[in-house]
Amino acid sequence: MAVFAGGDPLFDHGIDLTVVVMLIVKTFVVFGLLLVSVLLYIWFMRKVIADMQNRIGPDKAGPFGILQTLADGVKLFFKERTTPIAADRPVYLLAPFVSALAAFLAFAIVPFGGAVRIGSHATFLQLADPPVGILWLLAMSGLGVYGVMLAGWSSGSKYPLLGSVRASAQVLSYEAAVGLSVVGVLVLTNTLSTRGIVGQQAWHSWDSFVSQWLWLPAIGAFIIFLIAATAETNHPPFDFSEAEEELAGGYHIEYSGIRFAIFYLAEFMNVITMSAIAVTLFLGGPSGPWLTLVAHHGWVNVWIVPVFWFLLKLWAVLYGTVWIRASLPRLRYDLLMNLGWKVLIEAAFLWAMVTGVIVVARDRGWNVYLTAFAAGAAALLVYGFLMACVPRAGELEEIR
Amino acid sequence: MGRLSGFRVTLTQVFKPKITEDFPKEKRPKPLRFHGRHVLNRYEDGMEKCIGCELCAGVCPARCIYVRGADNPPDAPVSPGERYGFVYEINYLRCIHCDLCVEACPTEAITETNLFEYSFHTRREAIYTREELLVGDDGRAKRQPWELWLGGEDDETSAWMRATSPSGNAEYEGRVAWSGELGFGVRPPERGQLDELPALPAGDDGPGS
Repeated sequence: MAVFAGGDPLFDHGIDLTVVVMLIVKTFVVFGLLLVSVLLYIWFMRKVIADMQNRIGPDKAGPFGILQTLADGVKLFFKERTTPIAADRPVYLLAPFVSALAAFLAFAIVPFGGAVRIGSHATFLQLADPPVGILWLLAMSGLGVYGVMLAGWSSGSKYPLLGSVRASAQVLSYEAAVGLSVVGVLVLTNTLSTRGIVGQQAWHSWDSFVSQWLWLPAIGAFIIFLIAATAETNHPPFDFSEAEEELAGGYHIEYSGIRFAIFYLAEFMNVITMSAIAVTLFLGGPSGPWLTLVAHHGWVNVWIVPVFWFLLKLWAVLYGTVWIRASLPRLRYDLLMNLGWKVLIEAAFLWAMVTGVIVVARDRGWNVYLTAFAAGAAALLVYGFLMACVPRAGELEEIR
Repeated sequence: MGRLSGFRVTLTQVFKPKITEDFPKEKRPKPLRFHGRHVLNRYEDGMEKCIGCELCAGVCPARCIYVRGADNPPDAPVSPGERYGFVYEINYLRCIHCDLCVEACPTEAITETNLFEYSFHTRREAIYTREELLVGDDGRAKRQPWELWLGGEDDETSAWMRATSPSGNAEYEGRVAWSGELGFGVRPPERGQLDELPALPAGDDGPGS
């Protein structure tokens, strides 16, 4: 328990019944938050894409069609659930839940508010704050691959198998880039705990936007993280696992009804989780200007304002994901792999190294600008050398 | 910007007007000569125009029309001629709306409305009978419950017929060669392509003279 309790003050005075009840309530609240976010996100995505295509989008179910996702979910829930004869039944039934579970667990470490007091107990507004922090995210997104892989394999059909092989290859490749770009942040923050990372991006004045928040000091890692996270969540323009034109839907083609819906739920949960992680790592999480009209430590500034800032940043990032979805066509698969292995991983790696050199220079009192320049030049040299060594498309054919 | 210019394109669309039609509540206006669901016309005195000659059924490429003619009852004639169509059925699961039946009809009995928004639930509903096709006493199409009428679809039922050349002769284009319709009277030629009528040959007063 110590490992997963982390820095949450909820466990400071031992674990009694109140703590357990509070944990269960927190779990339900976070799960509900994520589910409602998915419902809203799908509606939001359809509306924004409709805007970008001069259409209206869903507008019949509820005000502005906001209940459209709920209606779709209810419909899928009552539809027939078929199982292919050749399917490996236990694994086939388990796979959607593996996907959804991993997607939910990854969200558990996201801090969406500040530290609050309920009765005599103080706690963080996040489900868990393990010291392993960000590693938990990498572990869970790695676990999510099992859902995809098992679904494709257990369906007993060829298209799902191909789709799942593609998807898992893609996710595993881009996990390396995500991990290495996160390293670029961890070198700066010196902690893995998401609460610790957010704490270092606390809001002091409007200057904090550029001086405290990590998006500018780790701009390279930020860009790499956004691209790699887009690819890791199978989000367009990297949605190869369900390339309709080639794979007729990919790994979940043999799934119907609510099982299919769970795959979609997991996919959108992953998008939201990754956006929330981007907010946590680079955009200060729940930190933002206080409301000066009311007391600094009053309930508004403790409960409402941080959550508001977190949600605002989250939906800003989510708008970006929808914008990407509406703008970019799907890449070719070899270009995806080229981008991942030949560009992003090297760039993330070198960015982390250069950041490390700068941090060491700062600690030792060296000239930071000179060191940064030298390290950057060295990194560019190494990158150029690597690019010169990597064969271009078609070169291998000539050698052979 | 190059590769990223797509983002600008999509974002600028957000501020442009939406082009979506709110379809079940409103319809986009259709051309007058649009080929839609048929009607069987009547003369201004209420008599049916159909004489049961079966030319429409003969010409129909989809074979969706079934007609049987019968002699008019002497005491209560249905049509002014010798015979009338006492069975007239069109199967809309087969009809392709080519309007060859309208061209073939010698008495302008069958013409088409602008309505195509009809969705039947059974095959029985798809086969329109003579009673369903006949215009009502106001000269308007009889509205079936599975059809979506918003008004205006049956204003110009014979527009396509009135736009073609009578007797297939291009020189007669634009000449009135048709009888009146119940509720509408004798209607002018439907012209939208020629502003001036071509001159008729000397000594010819037009078709039917």
